Amino acid sequence: MLTPKQQEAFWKAVLWLVAGVTVAILVVIIIHVISRGIGHINWAFLSQNPRSMGRLGGIFSVIVGTLYVTGLALLIATPVGIGAAIFLTEYVRQGRMVNCIRFFTEVLAGIPSIIFGLFGFVFFVIYLGMGWSVLSGGLTLSLMILPTIVRTSEEAIKAVPVSYREGSYALGASRWQTVRRVVIPPALPGIMVGVILGIGRAIGETAAVLLTAGSSLHMPYSLTDPARTLSVHLYILATEGISMERAYATATVLVIAILVINFAANLLMRRLAVRISGF
Amino acid sequence: MENERSSLARVPGGHSRHNTGVWSRGVGENLIAKLFLFCALVAVFSVLLITVFIFISGWPIIARYGTAFIFGSRWYPTQGVFGILPMIAGTFSVVLGALLLGVPMGLAGAIFLAEIAPSRVAKIVRPAVELLAGIPSVVYGFFGMIILVPLIREYLGGVGYSVLAGSVILAVMILPTIITISEASLRAVPAEFKEGSLALGATHWQTISRILLPAASSGIIASIVLGMARAIGETMAVIMVTGNVTRVPGSILDPVRTLTGNIVMEMGYATGEHQQALFATGIVLFVFIVLLNLLVNFISRRATEIG
Repeated sequence: MLTPKQQEAFWKAVLWLVAGVTVAILVVIIIHVISRGIGHINWAFLSQNPRSMGRLGGIFSVIVGTLYVTGLALLIATPVGIGAAIFLTEYVRQGRMVNCIRFFTEVLAGIPSIIFGLFGFVFFVIYLGMGWSVLSGGLTLSLMILPTIVRTSEEAIKAVPVSYREGSYALGASRWQTVRRVVIPPALPGIMVGVILGIGRAIGETAAVLLTAGSSLHMPYSLTDPARTLSVHLYILATEGISMERAYATATVLVIAILVINFAANLLMRRLAVRISGF
Repeated sequence: MENERSSLARVPGGHSRHNTGVWSRGVGENLIAKLFLFCALVAVFSVLLITVFIFISGWPIIARYGTAFIFGSRWYPTQGVFGILPMIAGTFSVVLGALLLGVPMGLAGAIFLAEIAPSRVAKIVRPAVELLAGIPSVVYGFFGMIILVPLIREYLGGVGYSVLAGSVILAVMILPTIITISEASLRAVPAEFKEGSLALGATHWQTISRILLPAASSGIIASIVLGMARAIGETMAVIMVTGNVTRVPGSILDPVRTLTGNIVMEMGYATGEHQQALFATGIVLFVFIVLLNLLVNFISRRATEIG
């Protein structure tokens, strides 16, 4: 039998080991993908359209498709998400209605992406007749990232001290004036974090986009054109064995995008922490 | 009203040039409140709309084939034979494996971050965990396909595309969920609990294992259930490493197809009844997820009542 001291030493060693393994897994995945892919990324790869199913050429139309679909999703989800967060924090007393809306937002966050894909397919693509398009994909993704933006914005707005609002109301400002001039400005970095996390989720999404935006390699010129995003491109290149080096290169672009997005979110969050503790 | 506005205008920075009429105070304010209410209801309507459309699209199959759809073990969609038992078995075998691997690791990570890690180390581990959550599932799938599948094929046998490969990848993917939520609930245990235990002469580890873990258990269970929901719903990473064979797996080295995989693999070309059957697969998946979410809700509500 081990003494309690020995047990403690043993378990602490195990915990350190597991934490180390967790970090190592991340590092191995990132380094493996980037080290194999970075060599294939050059200006031509980024600026040329794919040819022969993606075996040749670059990923330009895929990058454009990703930007279109993600951009559209943000354009819809950001105002709606912030509006919902403002409503939940500033416009109603906490009670049954708020709990109900919050519950549904949680449920929406928990719905698997493939279900969003099925819904987008039957509702946007078929029922509303939008076809496989940037529009269908963007709308579907906007629903997916909505909970992220609502929750983060809510947290950011709640973190604004109550005394700010009281001061504003005491000066005779209306509710909307208070929200717009007093509550939103200090909450903005926190809201931005939510939007950035939403971008990350939208860029990485595959299943839902595959079923709603399609997988066309043509350059999307309008909202009604089908498009392929980076993650769908990676999936097709890898599983259909089209080109491993281009799959690595696409994965690298995707991983670098996610790294930049996470870094930006962290930076904002740290700034925010400094700002709040500065008061 | 008039007074109120003029007094506001005299306050530096409190002046509003848009606020020049009764409209902006009364009707405008009201309109804006309605607009925000509408925004908040979008999530509610979306959930209802998603539920309705998935059920309408898939229900005919469940109504027609009933239990044969859920317990049927043969899936020949082109011949009108729809049994998704292999996919249900596939999903649960992969998810069970993922939990067996991911829960101990995730718990260890959470204890490490909450109790052991010096702040300098935590500053590295915590962003790493966040980043694990941010990596797209298709990248996990790609990595699994390239590295994990050949490793399994070489050292353990079989084709490599297997329950085991899916479980390992999913275990990594649910780590962030388990670590973040469990860590938060470990931190929420009142400091007196820990201080009391240490004051009685218990070691740090005894305090963690006998005081902190039981006190945080409902949060930890919630994190596991949420991780399970995430694993059941995960699609791309799983279809890239499990081989997608529609047979009930006999060993962890057998290839399997999950419910999510079934939908993605065939949605591209399915028509008519076949397509309805895929939506019905979605219904089954949806029901599992909703049940797990309700369970989490129940657990956390009970936790707040006890706490």
